[in-house]
Amino acid sequence: MNLQLDDQGRLRHFLDIAGLPRDVLINIMDTAEKFSGVTEQAVKKVPLLRGKTIVNVFFENSTRTRTTFELAAKRLSADVLNLNISTSSASKGETLLDTLANLQAMHSDMFVVRHEDSGTAEFIARHVPPHVAVINAGDGRHAHPTQAMLDMFTIRRHKGSDFGRLRVAIVGDIMHSRVARSQIHALNTLLTGEVRVIAPRTLLPGNVREALGVHVFHRPEEGLRDVDVIIMLRLQKERMSGALLPSEHEYFQYWGLTQERLALAAPDAIVMHPGPINRGVEIDSVVADGDQSVILEQVTHGIAVRMAVMAMSMRSSGTEGAA
Amino acid sequence: MRRTLEIRGGRVIDPANRLDAITNVYIVGSKIAGIGTPPEGFKSRNVIDASGKVVCPGFVDLAARLREPGLEHKGSIASETRAAAASGITTLCVPPDTNPAIDAPPEVALIRRLAKRAGYAWVVSLGALTRGLDGEMLSDMGILKDAGVVGVSNAMRPIKSTMVLRRAMEYAATFKLPIHVYPLEPWLSERGSVHEGVVSTRLGLPGIPEAAETTEIARLLTLAEHTGCRVHFCRLSTRKGVKMIARAKADGLRVSADVAAHQLHLTETDIDGFNTYAHVMPPLRTTQDRDGLREGVADGTITCICSDHQPHEADAKLRPFMQTEPGISGLETLLPLTLSLVESGVLKMSQAISRLTAGPAQVLGTGVGSLEVGAVADLCVFDPEMDWRLTPEAMLSRGHNTPFMGLELRGQVCHTVHEGRISFARKPLLEEH
Amino acid sequence: MSDDNPAQTHQIGADVGLVLDSMTTALRGLCAQRHIQAPILIGIHTGGVWVAERLHARLGIEDPLGSLDISFYRDDFTRAGMHPQVHPSNIPVSLDNRHLILVDDVLFTGRTIRAAMNELFDHGRPASVTLAVLVDRGGRELPIQADVVGLRIALDAGEQIKLTGPAPLQLLRQGAAP
Repeated sequence: MNLQLDDQGRLRHFLDIAGLPRDVLINIMDTAEKFSGVTEQAVKKVPLLRGKTIVNVFFENSTRTRTTFELAAKRLSADVLNLNISTSSASKGETLLDTLANLQAMHSDMFVVRHEDSGTAEFIARHVPPHVAVINAGDGRHAHPTQAMLDMFTIRRHKGSDFGRLRVAIVGDIMHSRVARSQIHALNTLLTGEVRVIAPRTLLPGNVREALGVHVFHRPEEGLRDVDVIIMLRLQKERMSGALLPSEHEYFQYWGLTQERLALAAPDAIVMHPGPINRGVEIDSVVADGDQSVILEQVTHGIAVRMAVMAMSMRSSGTEGAA
Repeated sequence: MRRTLEIRGGRVIDPANRLDAITNVYIVGSKIAGIGTPPEGFKSRNVIDASGKVVCPGFVDLAARLREPGLEHKGSIASETRAAAASGITTLCVPPDTNPAIDAPPEVALIRRLAKRAGYAWVVSLGALTRGLDGEMLSDMGILKDAGVVGVSNAMRPIKSTMVLRRAMEYAATFKLPIHVYPLEPWLSERGSVHEGVVSTRLGLPGIPEAAETTEIARLLTLAEHTGCRVHFCRLSTRKGVKMIARAKADGLRVSADVAAHQLHLTETDIDGFNTYAHVMPPLRTTQDRDGLREGVADGTITCICSDHQPHEADAKLRPFMQTEPGISGLETLLPLTLSLVESGVLKMSQAISRLTAGPAQVLGTGVGSLEVGAVADLCVFDPEMDWRLTPEAMLSRGHNTPFMGLELRGQVCHTVHEGRISFARKPLLEEH
Repeated sequence: MSDDNPAQTHQIGADVGLVLDSMTTALRGLCAQRHIQAPILIGIHTGGVWVAERLHARLGIEDPLGSLDISFYRDDFTRAGMHPQVHPSNIPVSLDNRHLILVDDVLFTGRTIRAAMNELFDHGRPASVTLAVLVDRGGRELPIQADVVGLRIALDAGEQIKLTGPAPLQLLRQGAAP
């Protein structure tokens, strides 16, 4: 049974790119394309989800992601409630299921969930009543599917819908990155010609080639050659010095995206980054602000893609019986 | 007139005595009084018809958490030994990580007393290797031995340094106490909850590499040789680990090893979908590892199959995967999971029974696990062909946390005899209606 | 529509081309009467766009044709959920202070037109909106009526009328769904 789809193949929850068929991903991008027009209207919202209540439940703080979900929900005319629940309050004895039961008592229709533990979104989706939809806004190292879809949307805008002719390289901390995992699943589902990961061995998870279906490179000089899309990952501060990497200085020296390294890629390659960027650590400012960078576009697209996902997975009373 | 019991017409298998024959077992009082031929003047007051069944020594389970003292919301000695009796188990060994830890005679005595009162099985204890399992200061091993512990262990808690480990092993060897070790190098397994491999990478769960087991086995084997301490390796999980133990045994080192029954069946793919019931420690590993463990059980590198019983309350598993407590409620699946290796041709029946009786009994050294005239009458009668379904209603353990829930299993205990008394009897089918 | 039982479907006798001609004449007259110059034509997906394309050519309008997909403005989301296929709305020019001619294929309850007007006003503030429909089948549920109607057909309960296209345009009348 696929938790994410109903018996007619429509979205019920949006938890993970893995397990979703290609046509659903394409439908999300097509719908997002339509929603991106809403932003150009004089009144930047549509009444689609009027009367629906969406709760952003963030167990892990992230103002940026929460804000884009909030804006997306508001542009759909839904009522939005933001809850930041520190895990310390959870450790005071209230279990996650207790917390959820409280939120359900507020008659919410959708939970947008972020949590530091892998698998939490799926866990919550298994325990909500049938009329509640769950959107994963990032769980541990597992998945960040809306980020992956806005990246796919951005790639499609620039490179067209035939992913088969594309070479895409993801550079950086693959091991700890839920973004990378979801991007790789999405790229492979969309039949991308070649998906590469480039990272030092300390930042690659076990059996990565076999587990995720990627080509593995350790140095950008080899991996960036002729790629059409470069996705730089954020290097978390706490990983910058210690047993994983000696220093941010050394990381930039060998893995940072500079003009020289960018020149190895295809001439019309685009540079992406899920943000927030560490200038001078994973990417040179000249590249981040350069012509080939589409980093700010990604942010804009994030709203339309999240509107699409929310609208598509919001349960209607008419489909409740079927679901 | 003394209490007597006759177990009639069963296939009696006692690997310790190389016995495998259809015969009768006669019990007088708490002892076995005859096998094949009744003792003089024997009058049977009770008869178990064992035709078509297997009669064997009561099973000896090297690792079962009974949760008492300290975690009675998960289980008690009474509740869990009752479940053990229904599973054909007559001797259980508890690790020292109760609360408080078993690091002084009162805890040893308490456990023995509670087990005696429940009357379902012998319960023996491992003592703590370090005080309060803190990994730093040696426990009173001499006193613990006199109190009756069968070995010492630090359970899954880390030892502060290799020097502390060395001293602890030397001191244990002084009292000829075997040390039961969980070979999981603490730094390599830090924060990990599953096998580091394809599935952990896909699910984004922090992994425990195979090397966490093999480096720790290497360290312990070296120290075993150096200190002369007898080492029992608990819950092997990797093929390479099995090979290392086999080589050490061939080199003449006095080491032994066990495996949890579920490790012989499940693999890392069973955690797909974040299945918290398959969250165990050491983690489920690859198909190659599982096959390596099976080979180790078959060739005698691994001489014991244990339940690794860890009952939990429902809430312990109703959380995001990494927050759940590891462990399976395993008593009631120990026999069927072992028998299924016979059915699939991995083990002969006598080998399977040996891994549940003579093998673990030898590690404990308490003189159970065999059928001899004059020995304490601990026996199990089971139907190797009986199919049944594991359901919450059918389980006697307070913990219902098992990935085998709802599955059809083959092989069911009919009667368990402990100290000459019937400690468990499944009602005959005809009387069920 | 391939799932429908052909025995219950029949073509309506009227020639769609002739109906469009008469609509063109009526729109010209109406624009003259209301002093409307250079109106913007906007069709509603999918049939309304086909009709609007024809009218756009016949009226010789210079501004490009607009199209609306009213999926996001429907009032039945809670019952029916999101439509799986959504087309982008395409409003090529600013609507502020312009005269609009909104075109649909079939006027029935009036709910589609209400949704379309809501969407139009989220794009800008037009000077006026004129509604032109190919068919008015009756059965209004809202106080909305067309300024120009190609055909008026009274349908029995349970019957439907459907425009097929994009070329040629044909009007089909269908019985109650079995």
